Amino acid sequence: MTWKSPLALVREALEGQRARESELRKLVSNLPYEGLEKGKQPNRFFPSNAVKTTKYSPLLFLPKNLYEQFHRLANLYFVGLAILNFIPVVNAFQPEVGLIPICVIMCLTALKDAWEDFRRYQSDKKINNMPCFIYSRYKQYVEKRWKDVRVGDFVKVVCNEIVPADLLLLYSSDPNGVCHIETANLDGETNLKQRTVAFCFIHQNPGFEPESFNCAVVCERPNNNLNHFKCLVEKPDKDRVGASIESLLLRGCTVRNTNHAVGFVVYAGHETKSMLNNNGSRSKRSKLERKLNVDVFFCLILLFTMCLIGALGHYLWLESLPGVPPFLVPDSNGHLDEPSLASFYMFFTMIILLQILIPISLYVSIELVKVGQIFFITNDIDLYDEETDSRVQCRALNITEDLGQIEYVFSDKTGTLTENKMVFRRCSIMGTEYPHKENGKDFLTETEVIPDQKLLQQITRAESGGGHRDSSRDKDPHLDFFLALAICNTVVVSMANAHRQRVSLPLLKRAGSFIQRKSKRNHTILEVPVTDAAKTDSREDRNGVQTCSLHPLSQSGGPTLEPEDLCYEAESPDEAALVYAARAYGFILLARTPDSVTVRLPSGEELVFEVLDTLTFDSNRKRMSVLVRHPVTKEYVLYTKGADYSIMELLGTPYAGEKRNIEIYLKNIAADTQHHLDCYAKEGLRTLCITKKVVSESTYRSWSGERKRAKAAMECREEQIMETAVQLETNLTLLGATGIEDRLQENVPESIMALREAGMHVWVLTGDKPETAVNIGYACRLLEEEDLVINMSCKNKLTCTSILDCTLEEVRRYGEDPSNVDTTPNISLVIDGNTLTMAMSPDLQERFVDLAKRCRSVLCCRVTPLQKSGVVKLVREKLKVMTLAVGDGANDVNMIQAADVGIGISGQEGMQAVMASDFAISRFKHLTKLLLVHGHWCYTRLANMVIYFFYKNVAYVNLLFWYQFFCGFTATAMIDYWLMIFFNLFFTSTPPILFGIFDKDVSAEVLLGVPELYRTGQVNMTFEYNFLTFWISILDAFYQSLVCFFIPYLAYRDSDVDIFTFGTPLNTVALFTILLHLAIEIKSWTLVHWIIMLGSVALYFVVTLAYSAVCVTCNPPSNPYWIFQSQMADPMFYLICTLSTVVALLPRYTFYVLKNSVAPSPLLQGRQLDRMDPSTRDQWIKEWRGFRGGGPVKRYELSDPPTPTLETPADFFPDSDADFMGDDLSLNVITQNRQRVVAT
Amino acid sequence: MFHSFGKHFLYTGLEGGSCHSQYGGWSNVWFLLSQCGVCPAPNGQSRKGGQVKATATYRILAMVKQEQKESSDRPDNTAFTQQRLPAWQPILSAGIVIPGFVLIGLAFIGVGVGLFITSQNIQVLELDYTGADTANPCYECGRQSTKNCVCTMEFSLSTLFKGPVFFYYGLTNYFQNQRRYGVSKDDTQLFGDLDAIKTPTSDCAPFDYDGNNRSIVPCGALANSIFNDTFKLYVKTNNSGKKEVPLDGKGIAWWTDYNVKHRNPDVTPLKDAFKDTVKPINWPKPVYELDTTDEYNNGFINQDFLVWMRRAALPDFRKLYRRITADEYHDGLPAGNYSLEITYNYPVLTFNGRKKVVLSNVSWMGGKNDFLGIAYLVVGSLCIVMSIVMLIVYAKFKFPEED
Repeated sequence: MTWKSPLALVREALEGQRARESELRKLVSNLPYEGLEKGKQPNRFFPSNAVKTTKYSPLLFLPKNLYEQFHRLANLYFVGLAILNFIPVVNAFQPEVGLIPICVIMCLTALKDAWEDFRRYQSDKKINNMPCFIYSRYKQYVEKRWKDVRVGDFVKVVCNEIVPADLLLLYSSDPNGVCHIETANLDGETNLKQRTVAFCFIHQNPGFEPESFNCAVVCERPNNNLNHFKCLVEKPDKDRVGASIESLLLRGCTVRNTNHAVGFVVYAGHETKSMLNNNGSRSKRSKLERKLNVDVFFCLILLFTMCLIGALGHYLWLESLPGVPPFLVPDSNGHLDEPSLASFYMFFTMIILLQILIPISLYVSIELVKVGQIFFITNDIDLYDEETDSRVQCRALNITEDLGQIEYVFSDKTGTLTENKMVFRRCSIMGTEYPHKENGKDFLTETEVIPDQKLLQQITRAESGGGHRDSSRDKDPHLDFFLALAICNTVVVSMANAHRQRVSLPLLKRAGSFIQRKSKRNHTILEVPVTDAAKTDSREDRNGVQTCSLHPLSQSGGPTLEPEDLCYEAESPDEAALVYAARAYGFILLARTPDSVTVRLPSGEELVFEVLDTLTFDSNRKRMSVLVRHPVTKEYVLYTKGADYSIMELLGTPYAGEKRNIEIYLKNIAADTQHHLDCYAKEGLRTLCITKKVVSESTYRSWSGERKRAKAAMECREEQIMETAVQLETNLTLLGATGIEDRLQENVPESIMALREAGMHVWVLTGDKPETAVNIGYACRLLEEEDLVINMSCKNKLTCTSILDCTLEEVRRYGEDPSNVDTTPNISLVIDGNTLTMAMSPDLQERFVDLAKRCRSVLCCRVTPLQKSGVVKLVREKLKVMTLAVGDGANDVNMIQAADVGIGISGQEGMQAVMASDFAISRFKHLTKLLLVHGHWCYTRLANMVIYFFYKNVAYVNLLFWYQFFCGFTATAMIDYWLMIFFNLFFTSTPPILFGIFDKDVSAEVLLGVPELYRTGQVNMTFEYNFLTFWISILDAFYQSLVCFFIPYLAYRDSDVDIFTFGTPLNTVALFTILLHLAIEIKSWTLVHWIIMLGSVALYFVVTLAYSAVCVTCNPPSNPYWIFQSQMADPMFYLICTLSTVVALLPRYTFYVLKNSVAPSPLLQGRQLDRMDPSTRDQWIKEWRGFRGGGPVKRYELSDPPTPTLETPADFFPDSDADFMGDDLSLNVITQNRQRVVAT
Repeated sequence: MFHSFGKHFLYTGLEGGSCHSQYGGWSNVWFLLSQCGVCPAPNGQSRKGGQVKATATYRILAMVKQEQKESSDRPDNTAFTQQRLPAWQPILSAGIVIPGFVLIGLAFIGVGVGLFITSQNIQVLELDYTGADTANPCYECGRQSTKNCVCTMEFSLSTLFKGPVFFYYGLTNYFQNQRRYGVSKDDTQLFGDLDAIKTPTSDCAPFDYDGNNRSIVPCGALANSIFNDTFKLYVKTNNSGKKEVPLDGKGIAWWTDYNVKHRNPDVTPLKDAFKDTVKPINWPKPVYELDTTDEYNNGFINQDFLVWMRRAALPDFRKLYRRITADEYHDGLPAGNYSLEITYNYPVLTFNGRKKVVLSNVSWMGGKNDFLGIAYLVVGSLCIVMSIVMLIVYAKFKFPEED
C-alpha cells in the first residue's frame, strides 16, 4: 500500500462525496483500467454491488442497539429512573434491583433485534455470493459473484437469471435488440416487459465487444422511480444519444425469452432502483395508540400528583416531630437534612417507588398482542382464496385495531368491486352496432370471444371484396377497426409453452428431491436453461431465418404456429380483451417487437407493420396511439384508442374511403357511435373509442425530429414527450367503439350491504363514466331503488355552489323533520370528477363535506388518482373519522396511502396497490370478515387490554401509595422488591396478553349476521376505549386499592405484625383482585384461559414460597424469609384475602350484572345470540333482518336497473329503464355533453 | 400448526426491518423456481375443433394447481387457528347471580358471627405508662432523663384473665417502618458472619463505626434504638405483700429468626468474636452480654433483640415482651390486684409517642380485633340485600333472552 497524506485522503473523500451527490454522473468503462490500483479507477466513488441490509455489526451491536432503543421515550424514562436510584439521597431500593425491569425488557428487545439482523445478514450473504458473469479483458466473461460487480463493468445475464445490478442494455442475443424481463420480484407484475438495446448500439449485432466501448454514459442521480430513467450516451465524437427506462435492466428482474444479454452497470448495490425502493414496511400509528399516549400522559400527571403529595406529606411529618426520634436516621456524617430538603429528595424517591404507574410493559405487550392478532388474521381460512392460493397479508403490523373503527370506506371499482377480467361484449363500427349476443354468458373467460355472425359476414365480404389487392380492401373500416385492435396496444406475445412458467412450491419441492437423488448431476440440471435456449438459437442460425420483423419465438415455432400457442401478456386486461377479440375475427397478433408488429389477417396473410413510435398511455391524455407504416400501402398510419371523451374532441378528417356526403355522414357516425357508447355505459360496460389517422410523410418527418429531440432532453423530458404526442393526435377518424364487460366479483352486493349496515359510509371512486358507474352502483347495491339519488354534475362553479346549497337545504329538511323518520329515504350522491374538483375547492369543501356526511353512499365518477386521495384526505381531516381505502391498481395507490387503513386487492393489475397497502386481500368479499369480525375483535381485545393495563398498574401502585400515609411518607415498600418486580413481570403479565389475543366477545357468525354490532367500535360511539372508560377504570383501581389496603390494615391494626407479614396478604389480595377483575372482563373461557389464569396463581404461590424459603440473607437489607409460609399457616390470612377480594370486586360485578339486566348493550345481545343453538340463532337473525327490512340480496341484473326517485335541481339521473336496443333513449346528461363537445 | 405459525410470523415480523423478506426470502425462491421453469411444460391436452377452449397458460396453471393441492398456502383448519376452541361464555345477569349472592352472603354472615364471637371472648388489658399527664405514676420518670427510673402502676382484675396470657409492650407513633431506619442493619452480620462483624455494610451508616473506626456490633439504627424498658409483674397477696409473677421470655421471637436468620458466630467464648468492636451507642452493655445467664439467649439470638429487629408494619404497634406460662398461672391470671414495676428508660417524647403495656390472651385468630367479624357481617348482609335488589330487577326486566 502506498502511503497517502491525510490531506489527500480528505480531498479524495470530498471528491467522492461530490461525485455521488451531483445531479449527473459520468461513467466510463472499467476495462482500460483493469488491474490498476483503486485510486486510479474512474468509477471508484460509486458503491459496489455488495448489499448490506443489516443494521448492526457484531462489534458495534451493543452500542448501536442501545442507541436505537433509547430512541423510545419510555425506555429513556425508565433508565433515567434506574439511574436516579443510584443517587444515595433519593434511592428507594437497592440500586441494582432498580435496573432489573428495564434490563429485562431491553434484553428481550435486543435479542429480537439481533436475531432479525442475523437473518438479514444471512440473506445478504446469499445474495452477494450469487454468481454472475463479468467481462474481463483477459478472459472474456468470467464467473464472479454479485458483490464483485462494480459500476462501469460489463455484465452478461443469461436466460432465467436474475439481473445483479441496474444495467444499461447494450447487447441482446435477440436480433432485434430486445430483451424480455419479468419484474415480479420488484412490483409483482407477472407480464413480460420488453427492454431494447440502447439506441446507438442497436446495430452492433452479431457480436458486442465491450473492449471497443469507448463512450461515456451520463446518467441522473439514483432515484427510486422504477418507471423513469434518464441517461445520455456520449460517443467519442461528442454525439449524444438519449436512453430511457426502455434500455435499463433493473436489479432483481429475471431475464426471460432471451438467450443472453450484455449490459453496462449504471447503478450498483444500494443505488439500484430496486434497493432504493425497499424502504421497509410501513409504520403507522393506530388511532388507539395515539389515544393511549394521551392517557399515558394522564398517568404521568397522576404520578406527579402522588409524588407531590408524598413530598408534602413527608415535609409535614418531619415538621410535626418535636425532637429527633430514634427512628430518624441521619446521614453518614451524623447530620440530618432540613425537612424541606428531605421532602425535595423524597419527591424523586417517590417517583422511583411509584414508577410502574407508567405501564412499562404496555408497549411491549401491545406489540406481542398484535403479533398474535395478525397470526389469527392471516390464518383465517375464510380469508383464503383458493383460486390464487393466497391468504390475507398484513403488511402494517400495528394497526389491526383500526380495522374495527372504520366509518368511511372508499373503494375503487374496477378490479375491486369487479373481477377485472375483461370480456369483449359489444362493438360499434362506423355507427353500426354489433351486439355479440352470445358473449354475455357467465362461463366465458376473457380469452374466449364468440364472433358476431353479422360482423363476421361483413368482414368476409370486405376481405374478399376486392378480390385483388387494391385500396378499397385495405380501406374497409371494418378491417381497419380490427387491425387497430390488434396493433394499437402494448401486448407482448409469448409462447404459451415456452420457458416461462410460474412454477411454485410443489414443483420446486419435486425438483429439489430430484436434485437430491441425482446430486452429482446437480450442476447439469441447473444449466439446462442456458443450453436449451442456446439450442433454439443455434437452430435459428441453421435455418438462416433472419426476417428481422419476426419475433424469435415465433421463429422457433416455425411456420406451423397456431394461435392457441400464443399467449398475450398485457399490462391492462382491457388490451388483452381487445386483442383476443381481434383474434376471434381472424386478426391474429403474432408478434410484437419495438420496431414491428406482425398480424395475420383472416386470409392467412401475415403483415409486418413497421412500428415507428408508440405514444404510451397516460392518465392526462387518457389514450394511447401506435404509429405504424403499412407494409402494403406504405402509408404512415396512427391508430389511437382511448376514453370516448378524450377522443371525441379530437375527431377531424372524414374517413377517407367514404364517397358519400361526407360531412353529414361523419356527423351521423359520431353521433351514432356516441349513442352506442352511452348505451354501453348504461349497461355497465367499459367503453373505448378506436380511431385511425393517416399521416403524410412530410408531417411524419418533421414530427419525428421533434420527437427525437424530446426523447433526448434531460430536463422536462416527460412533458416534452407528452407534448409531441398531443401534437400528433389530432384530426382523428372515428372507426368505432368497443364495450368491454367487467363482471362484479362474487358477493359484492352482500358485502356492501353488510358494510352499510355496520354503519360505514361507502364511497365508490371510479374513473368510469357516470352512467357505467351508476349502473354498477345499483348492481352492487351501493344505490338502492328506494334511495334518494342526488346526481351532481355541473360545468361551472356558480352552478356548483347553488346546487350544493339547494341540495344541502333539502337534505337537511329531510333529516330534521321528525315526522318522517320512518319514511326518510336514504340519500346517495353521484358526483363527477369536474364537479368534485369544484366541490373540493376551499370555499365549498365545508358544504360538500356536510352534504357527504348525510349521504349513505357516494359515487364519484371520472376521478383521477390524485382526486381519489384528495377526497379521502378531505373526509378524513374535515370529519375526523376513520377512513379505509380499498383498491387494486396503481391508480389507487395515492388513495390507499392517504387513508387511515389501506387495503390492497391482489388482482389483475399488478402489485402496486398491495405494496402500498396495510392489508392485502384477494377478494372484495373478504373485506366483510376482515372488518366486521377481525376488526371488531382486534379492537375490543386491544381496547380492553389497554384499559386493563392502566387499571392494573394504578391499582397495584396505589397499594404502595396508601402505605406511605403510615410510614411517614418515606417511600417504604411493604412488599419485597423482588416480589414486586415478579408481580408485574411474571404473575400478572400473561393473562392480559392472552386476553388481548384470544378473547372473543361475540362469535364470528353473529358478527357477520348482525353487522350493526360493528358500530360499537366506531369512534363517535366507542364503548370500549374512550375518555370515560379510562377514567372509570382508574377510579375503580383507586377503589380497589383502597379496599385491598385498608381491610388488611384494619385487621392488623394494633397488633405485632411486621412489615412483610403485613405486605404478604396485600400482595396476595392484589393478585387475586387483579386476576379476578380480568376474569370478569373475559368474555369466553377456553382451555387456554383456564390454564393461564390458574397457572398465574400457581406461579405466584410457588415462586413466593420458594423465594421465602431459600433466601435467608441473599437480598439484604430486606429479608422475607419464611414469611409467606407463616402467613399461609394462619387462618387470618385466608379470611382477609377472601374478604378484601370480594369487597374489591363487588361493585364492578354488581354494576355489570345490573347493566346487563336493565340495559343490555348490543354486544351483550349478540352474546346472548351466541348461546342459542345454531339453528335457532340463524332463524333469529333471519327474522330480525326481515323485520329490519333488509331482505335477501337480489341478484345482479344488468338489463333492469331501478329507477331513481328524486329529481334534484341539478342534472338528475336519466330514466334508465329503457330497453337498450330501443331507439328512444333519453340521454339528457350525455346530450348536453355532446353539445358541449361539438361547441368546443 | 406451529410450523405455519413460524413461517408467517417470520415474514410479517421481518418486513419491518428492511427489504429482508422481500429480497432474502423471495429472490432465492424465485431463483430456484426459475431453475425448475425450464422443465418442458406439461402440454398434454389437445385442442377441440376450431374453438379455443383454454390457452396453454390456463392449462399450466391448472396443472400447477393440481399438484399444489397438498401443500398450498391454505391455513390450517383447526379449532385453534380458526378461533373456534370450545369456550365457556358466562353472561352476568341478575337471574344467574342471585343464588351466588345469597350463598356468599350466608357464608360471610356465618364466618362473621364466628369471628365476632371469638374476638369478643378475647380479654385485653392496656396500661399506658407514658407519663404524659400528671396523674400517671410514671409522670416523673417521663420528665427526667435519668436512667433506670422506676415507676409502678397498679391494676386489678375482677375476673380470671384466661391464659395463656401474653405480655406486650406497645408504642405509638413510632415509625419502625421508616425506610432509612428499616434498612439500617446488616443481615449478614446477624447471621454470624465474622467478616461482617469486622466490616459492617454501609447500610448501617452512621451506626457502622465509632469515632475510632471500630465497628459497632450489631450495627445500624434499628439495633441501636432497641426498646430498653423492663417490666416486673407482681400479684398482691392478701397480707399486703406481693409476689412476683414469673414471666417467660423463651420462644417469644419467631422460630425461624431464632434458628435460621440469626446466629452467633461459631467462636467460644462468644466474647472473642467481638474483639475490636464496640457496643451500639445507646446500649448499656455489648451484645455478648445481653443475657449472660443463658448462652442460648445471648448475642444475636437474644429473644428481646430478635423481637425488636422484626420491624413493625405500622406506627402504632405492640411487641411481645413475655408470656405467662408458669404452672400456677396456667389457667390465667386470677382475679385480684396487681402491680407493674416499670424500669423507665425509653424516651418517647421526641416523637409524641406513647408507651403502654398490653396483657392479652389469644385465640386462633390472634389478638382481639372486632373489625374482621363486623366486616364479614356487613358484607354478608350487603350481599343478601343485593340479591333482593337483583330479584326485583329480575322480576321487572326478566331475562333479555326471553324477549
